[in-house]
Amino acid sequence: MHELSIAMSIVKAAEESARKNNASKIKKIHLLIGSMAGIELDALEFVWPMATKNTMLECANKIFEIVPATAKCLECNHEFELNNRFDPCPNCGSYFKEYKTGKELKIKYLEIEKN
Amino acid sequence: MCSTCGCSNTDKITYTKPGDKVMVETLNHHHEHEHEHGHHHGHHNHHHHNHAHSHDHHHHSIIELEQDILMHNNLIAERVKGYLAAKNIFAMNLVSSPGSGKTSILERTLKDLKDEIKFYVIEGDQQTMQDANRIDAVGIPVIQINTGKACHLDSEMIFKALENLQPEENSVLMIENVGNLVCPAGFYLGEDKRVVIISTTEGDDKPLKYPDMFESADICLINKIDLLPYVPFDIEKVKEYAGRINPNMQFFEVSALTGEGMNHWYDWLKKQLKK
Repeated sequence: MHELSIAMSIVKAAEESARKNNASKIKKIHLLIGSMAGIELDALEFVWPMATKNTMLECANKIFEIVPATAKCLECNHEFELNNRFDPCPNCGSYFKEYKTGKELKIKYLEIEKN
Repeated sequence: MCSTCGCSNTDKITYTKPGDKVMVETLNHHHEHEHEHGHHHGHHNHHHHNHAHSHDHHHHSIIELEQDILMHNNLIAERVKGYLAAKNIFAMNLVSSPGSGKTSILERTLKDLKDEIKFYVIEGDQQTMQDANRIDAVGIPVIQINTGKACHLDSEMIFKALENLQPEENSVLMIENVGNLVCPAGFYLGEDKRVVIISTTEGDDKPLKYPDMFESADICLINKIDLLPYVPFDIEKVKEYAGRINPNMQFFEVSALTGEGMNHWYDWLKKQLKK
């Protein structure tokens, strides 16, 4: 349940960029959250109002975009989608895999209002 | 605030060595006063290498960032790693649920190897000096981080603890994380190896229930094997489950109480130092 730290890191990064761009307000924030990023969306939603209170994100619209997990099998190179970390390669059954997507924890963009 | 355990990063974090009279106090988040909202938290003095560019639409604009949210933690972790590498210090991050025996394994390891290896320890707990005092009793330099309500250590805490601990070259740094099988998984501390500990009094399906941690660890110590005759714990099942998440995981079956199996773990550790 580290979502508060995550939310505060989001606030910090977003405010920093917003200020660099002379923003007076952040209107919208779009986040990319991988389904295997270890983030519980409900928990993030829960802490969001507390983490953003008195910050430039307090009134911002937020979009949490979930990025589905895909991996490449390290045995047979087959690329597949996975729902659980322990899903084996559907082609050869190996558990050795390399994630292609699904680990994202990123701010995609901010929509700001300038002074 | 954390939805289940009440984690809050704004609490005071303390760094204390056994015998210290004055607590070294720092706030995790510096206050910044240069703009009109005085209560924003954050370290705005760190320059991140995001290459933001903006497209103007009247007075609204979109800043495309594609910025990693954990970048700050990862940057500091790399600084920690660089500092440790330059001093040839091998660092391990010990993670587990509360009660699996992290501190007992650490105590035993330190006692058994302290004549051969120079150790330093960073202890992470929400409260108390209990663990640091146990390590101090073995005669190993230790610093206790009390995270307040936070449920994991982050790289900045390690950085500050190291400034205080001043470890010597050619040594081993053991970081005992806060007992929690969820939150510490996402926070890289600059360690060389991550060690997850599970004990035979826990469920053998834990790797499947807490995959993030088992995926991110390099080594798994299965502790309390002296209790195997009395508990319904299937070691092979644990290995099989953990192997599904992390096929590269290496296992050691140990008892910190009786010392059984600890030699294999010590051999592995000594081998790492020769690399």
